[in-house]
Amino acid sequence: MIIKGRKISKGNAEGEVLITDQGISFFGGVDPNTGIVTEKGHPLEGKSIKDKILVFPQGKGSTVGSYTLYRMKKNGTAPKAMINKEAETIVAVGAIISEIPMLDKLEKDPFSILKNGQRIKVDATQGTIEVL
Amino acid sequence: MKLTKQEEKMLNGKMGDAVKKSMEILVALGEIYGADRLIDVSSVQVAGVSYDNLGDAGLEFLADLAKDGQVKVLTTLNPAGMDLENWKNLGISEDFAKKQIQVIEAFSKMGIITTCTCTPYLVGNLPKFGDHISWSESSAVAFANSVLGARTNREGGPSALAAALTGKTPNYGMHLDENRQAQITIEVKTKLKGTSEFGALGHVIGNKIKNKIPFITGIKEADLEELKSFSASIATYGGTALFHIKGITPNKTKKPKEKIIVTKEDIELALKAMNDDIEDMDFVSLGCPHASLKEIEKFAGLLKGKKVKVETWIATARPTKRIADTAGYTKTIEDSGAKFACDTCMVVAPLKGRFKTLVTDSAKSCFYGRSKNNFKMRVGTVEDCINAAVTGKWKSNA
Repeated sequence: MIIKGRKISKGNAEGEVLITDQGISFFGGVDPNTGIVTEKGHPLEGKSIKDKILVFPQGKGSTVGSYTLYRMKKNGTAPKAMINKEAETIVAVGAIISEIPMLDKLEKDPFSILKNGQRIKVDATQGTIEVL
Repeated sequence: MKLTKQEEKMLNGKMGDAVKKSMEILVALGEIYGADRLIDVSSVQVAGVSYDNLGDAGLEFLADLAKDGQVKVLTTLNPAGMDLENWKNLGISEDFAKKQIQVIEAFSKMGIITTCTCTPYLVGNLPKFGDHISWSESSAVAFANSVLGARTNREGGPSALAAALTGKTPNYGMHLDENRQAQITIEVKTKLKGTSEFGALGHVIGNKIKNKIPFITGIKEADLEELKSFSASIATYGGTALFHIKGITPNKTKKPKEKIIVTKEDIELALKAMNDDIEDMDFVSLGCPHASLKEIEKFAGLLKGKKVKVETWIATARPTKRIADTAGYTKTIEDSGAKFACDTCMVVAPLKGRFKTLVTDSAKSCFYGRSKNNFKMRVGTVEDCINAAVTGKWKSNA
């Protein structure tokens, strides 16, 4: 199944879905050294986003979060790709400067078609994802 | 989004890597927010300067951009994590200082003026009414849009830097007339005076309306310092990039029907919420946003012939302090034992664990003192703060 979306940051990736219906604050909410979500009460608290295809509604919190994503990419703790319901500035800029493939606005609701652990292929350059 | 031939070249890397990366950021933002094109900006203010927030990755990103990036328009910097000259005296470690200086050097290499202040409009980066600009630093964004009538979205560090390196920003949001109209009327039914009361007003309104644009009535007068404090507070507690105050700010707007009333009691409750019930204190910090010359004159007058008992910082822009040096205010203030913290402030300096209780006149400082540094807080008038500094005890005269 191939689903179309909108390119935010180019590139390709294949990996395992990690999905949450809550926004993520990368500055202060994720440990850049481990990739583990640290925000208290977040559904992903204690889980690692490293090397995952991270699916979430959108970013929140401080604009410094863009730099946190860059730091994670350099540390090897960043997600392989990101899919947002609707992108906002912090995560979009973070993905671009870190060269993490990213899409938003899929033609189908990602929260009804994607599940944790599913393997998918992301082609952000073409603006598509494929469930394998 | 439609790009000119020149902009296509910039995006395709014909004008260097820094321009390419910057254009990728601006075009992506333009697409996300539905901009029709890029527009020229005349001024940029870049945030994300403190090494405490950037870390090594941020530093690396800036050093990469500085390889071939050069600013196209007047660009100034937000406060850094330390006073760039007097850091030792303010208790900053050698390691932190070394990294912070590398950050500043990267910005300087790109042609940015490294004045390091949250009040660029007080030190020569002063846009005029109607100018399109790209500013980060939420308090300066609110001040520029509302008090000066310039036009900027709330930029983050990287998007403002991208605007500086290209001279462009996507045309959306606050750049368009239709998005600058007030959405809610706020009727202020009490007389306000001083930075702490205007900060409390920002606390009340920001909490009530979040990022809506208010049309505020009932304020007869407000000076530069009060507007500066209000801008910082409403942007911190709410998130708005623009406000209108009837008879004071220059933008035209219709008066919205939906109305909220702010009473004396609301202001008192906000001040109460910002004060922890504590008398002992070990840190006084004034100048958030960075102190103006008029404020420094006032501090000097209140500190004249006195000695402070606790660590007391006056945060300001270095050029402002240079004028204070000439005017003799610096000597009066330093003779009291109070210190200048130029280029920095308590919001961005690495202060966690160094102090327990912060005294300030700034509602914005209160928010970050609590959330970032876990301080207990006392917020009052400038007179209350200086009195606490010289007695070592908090006592409100209000």
